[in-house]
This record gives sequence, C-alpha cells and structure tokens, in this order.
Amino acid sequence: MITVEDLVKDFGPKRAVNRVSFSVQKGEILGFLGPNGAGKSTTMRMITGFFPPTSGRVVVGGHDIGENPIPAKRLIGYLPESAPCYSDMTVHGFLAFAAEMRGLHGAAREQAIQRVVGLCFLESVLHQSVDTLSKGFRHRTCLAQSLIHDPPILVLDEPTDGLDPNQKHEIRQLLKRFGRDKAIIFSTHILEEVDAVCSRAIIIDRGQVVANGTPAELRARHELAGSVSLRVQGTAAETVRTKLHALPAAGRVVVQGDAATVTARVYPRDKPVNGDLARSLSELAQREGWRLDELRTEEGRLDDVFRSITRPETAKGAE
Amino acid sequence: MSESLRNIWTIAKRELVGYFNSPVAYVFIVIFLLLNGFFTFMLGNYFLRGEANLNAFLMWHPWLYLFLVPAAGMRLWAEERRVGTLELLLTMPISAWQAILGKFVACWIFIALALFLTFPVVLTTMYLGSPDVGTMLTGYLGSVLLAGAYLAVTVMTSAMTRNQVISFILSVVICFFLILAGWEPVTDLLVRWAPEWLVNIVSSFSVMPHFSDFQRGVVDFRDLLFFGSVIAFCLFGTSVVLRSLRAA
Repeated sequence: MITVEDLVKDFGPKRAVNRVSFSVQKGEILGFLGPNGAGKSTTMRMITGFFPPTSGRVVVGGHDIGENPIPAKRLIGYLPESAPCYSDMTVHGFLAFAAEMRGLHGAAREQAIQRVVGLCFLESVLHQSVDTLSKGFRHRTCLAQSLIHDPPILVLDEPTDGLDPNQKHEIRQLLKRFGRDKAIIFSTHILEEVDAVCSRAIIIDRGQVVANGTPAELRARHELAGSVSLRVQGTAAETVRTKLHALPAAGRVVVQGDAATVTARVYPRDKPVNGDLARSLSELAQREGWRLDELRTEEGRLDDVFRSITRPETAKGAE
Repeated sequence: MSESLRNIWTIAKRELVGYFNSPVAYVFIVIFLLLNGFFTFMLGNYFLRGEANLNAFLMWHPWLYLFLVPAAGMRLWAEERRVGTLELLLTMPISAWQAILGKFVACWIFIALALFLTFPVVLTTMYLGSPDVGTMLTGYLGSVLLAGAYLAVTVMTSAMTRNQVISFILSVVICFFLILAGWEPVTDLLVRWAPEWLVNIVSSFSVMPHFSDFQRGVVDFRDLLFFGSVIAFCLFGTSVVLRSLRAA
C-alpha cells in the first residue's frame, strides 16, 4: 500500500531524512521509532504529501504522491504530530468539516461522525468547542478526523501522546483491530507500544533507517538475547561450570556464586536456535540431579537495543 | 469541476462559521458600521453637500478598508500556520488552490455582508433626494472590488507569517502603497524628476482612479481588469508562498 523509495529531505544545509526506503502492506502495522529529531515526523509529512521530498518518491496505493497527490491523499488518514484542530469549532463541526472534505455529505456524513465518535469516545464532548477540550480529548478529536473516511491507510504521528494509560490501551486496541485490513504507520517513542501493537518496526536515527524487522527480530539484536540464565541450589560452582562447558550447544559460560546458590548465564554457540539451549540445559540438570530454581531464556529488551543502536549521537551531544 | 467547487465551498463555510463563532465578526461589523457613519456624516458632511449621491460615503472606503480589511483577513493563513492545522488542511484531498480560494471567498463574503449592512445610507439618500440607482449600485460594486483587492493582498501576507500582527502590518503597508501610487501629491512628486512612462506605471498601480470610476457610475472593463488582476496576482502569490513554505 505504501512504498517509500530513497526518500531524502534537506532543510537548507541540514539533511533531515537520508535515503529512507521501506514499504508497508495491507494488514501490517509498522512502528516508527527513533529519538527526537531523528526524522520521523519529516518522513511522515512526506508520505502524506505535506512536504515534497528533496529526492526519492512515495507511492501510496499505486499513486505517486508528488505527481498524483489527490487520489493518493484520499486513501490516507493522517494524525499530525501535535494533533492540531480548528479551535473555533465544536467537535461535531470539526468532524463534519473533515467528512465533507473527504466527500461525505448529508446522511453519510452524520453516519461517519457517529462511527468515529464511538471509536474515539467523544460522545460527552460532541457539542463542546474544541478550545475548551482537555489535551486527551483534543488528541482524540484529531484522531477521529483521521478515521472519518475509513481510509485503507493510516499515518499516525504519536497517536498515544498525551493520553492516560486507559486511553493508551484503548487506542492500541483500536490500532490492532484496524491493523487487520489497513496499512498503518505510526510513530512512537514508547517501546512497549511496539511490542503490544506492531507487526514490524523501523528504527530511524539521524535521518537513516538503522533497523527494520519484527519486534522479535529487533530484540534478537540484544547482546543477551538467546542466552539462558539458570540458578542451581546445593551444587558447587566448579561442578556446574565444568558440566556447562561440556555441553555442545553452549558457547560462553559465566558462573557466579558459592556452594549454596549458583547462578549461571549460558550463551548459545550459534546465535538463533530458540529454545534449544534451554531444553538441553534442563536435560542436563535432570541427568545431574541439580536442584534447578530458575531457567529462563532472555529475549532481549527493546529499549536496550534501541539505545545501543541510537546512542552514539546522544552520547556525543551530552559531552 | 463540481467537486472542486464543493471543496472550495466547504472551506469557505468553515471560515465563515469560524468568524461567527468568535466575537471577531460582531466586533468587526459594529466598528465598520460606526466608522462608516462617522466618516460619512461627520467628516464627509453628508447633509451639507446637498447632493443626492453616495460620494460622501464611498470616498472614505479606500481609507477605511486600509485597516479593516487586513484586520479581517490577517488570520486566514497565519492562524493555520501557528496552530498547525495547515498540515491538516494541506494533506486533505484538495489542491492548494481550492484552499486559497475558499478562504478568500469566505472573507470576501463576510466583508460584503458588512458592507450590505450600510444600506440605511442608501435609504436615507433615496428619502432625501432622487439619486441615480445605477450609480449607487456601481459605487457598491466598486467598493466590493476594492475590498477584494485589499483582501487578496492580506491573504498573501497572511501566508507569509505565522504572526497575525506582522501579517496585518505588511498588508496595510502594501495597500497603502496601492492608494498612494495614484494620489496627486505623490504623482506630482514623481513628475518633477521621473520620466512620464514611470509616473504612468506607478500611478496605474493605484486603486484610486479605478475606484472613482465606479463612484461616477462608470463600469469600465479596464477597471474590472485592474481589480481582477490584483486579486489574481496576489492569490497566485499566496500559492507560491505556500509552496515554498512546504518545500523549504
């Protein structure tokens, strides 16, 4: 549905987005991650046709957004970064305007308004003026605007920003539900959101894509990913170490502790053989009659991966 | 075609609703009418003139609009830029042209409405004497076109900045030039040293001679062309400003 090819955006001498390429299919939810100022919003603005790219192109539903913007824009629902709304209108008036801009008039318009008001929990403020709304309501009003024409493509810039935990949860459920038959791109810097919602995530740093994969693949980049930690009671550390070293699936082994409690971390010899190492460790423990307290495969933490990939610049900036 | 008209109307409607949802519209109309009355009857000496026409009323419009039209139009784009709704508007499936025209038309309708509310002046004139109705109509037509030209300037300056005050000042200065360029004291100043063709070019930019034709009851094609081209040029300028804004 969305294809981004070699997208570049310069602001004067500064290159904000540098050769970004990716694509999103129907049924996919792409999480867009990156530190502040990495180029997430700029990329989204190019996808939605607000900024023309310096070079490269964006194809939305078969239409090049530069050459054929209007049919392309019809397919997109867009929530800009700060969720701007016309503050001199009521919520209903604002949504009616958005509906009419999308070619919905009369009964179809009212129906569309009712649908998004239900989805975004706006019933209680429907006839209130936008400038009297709290941040959460204003945010959801703008989100409702992006859903009003039931678009096949959603581009959402920080859709859960400024919401309370319950509302965040609701929006995530909404995204998941929509994700089945729409193509969704959303940016966030909340990493748990990526796990909860995305089918794929892209990490962008200083204008470049530095990682692109499923959340599980990204986690696998973690240095601890795939390693197994175990805790054994009542066996000498030396014995544990020898036995672990002898295991064919084990690579590096770190053992700590005294006679009472021994904790060990075993790294796999070949990186991604999920579950294998844990299974052979549990067999080993059974054979040796170890009293096993804990046996856990480390999945890797996304935030660590995120930090290790994007840290260099921040570290430089801090010094 | 009907779809683009529909889009223009949707945008214009939103702007108009915006005017009347805030106190801006009412304050504007009240001040517009008060000033009109003051200028016409006090400074214009309407009653002492002994003329059954609208000259004492219309002659002030270039000066009145100089401040009131920029005040009415300064927010059109500046506010969108400040709040960020510009991003919303320009990512909707419409062309920038439709948005520009929609906003322009909305504000123009609003000013025309305020102008329409000056009809008591017409009634008074008709009560006191027997004026030429055609001349009064062309006078109003000229006034609407004059407001349209100022408004187009304001739309353009409004797109240049996110600050309404700057937009206001810029458009007042430009509109002031449009008045002064053909004003006799200014042209006299030029005549002393500049070649005649330059004087003619500068003075042809002025709204004054074109506006006074309408006051005399003349609808000259050249006057229509003048106001039409000022409007078209400024709206085109607006689209250039908006494009450069996004490309920068």
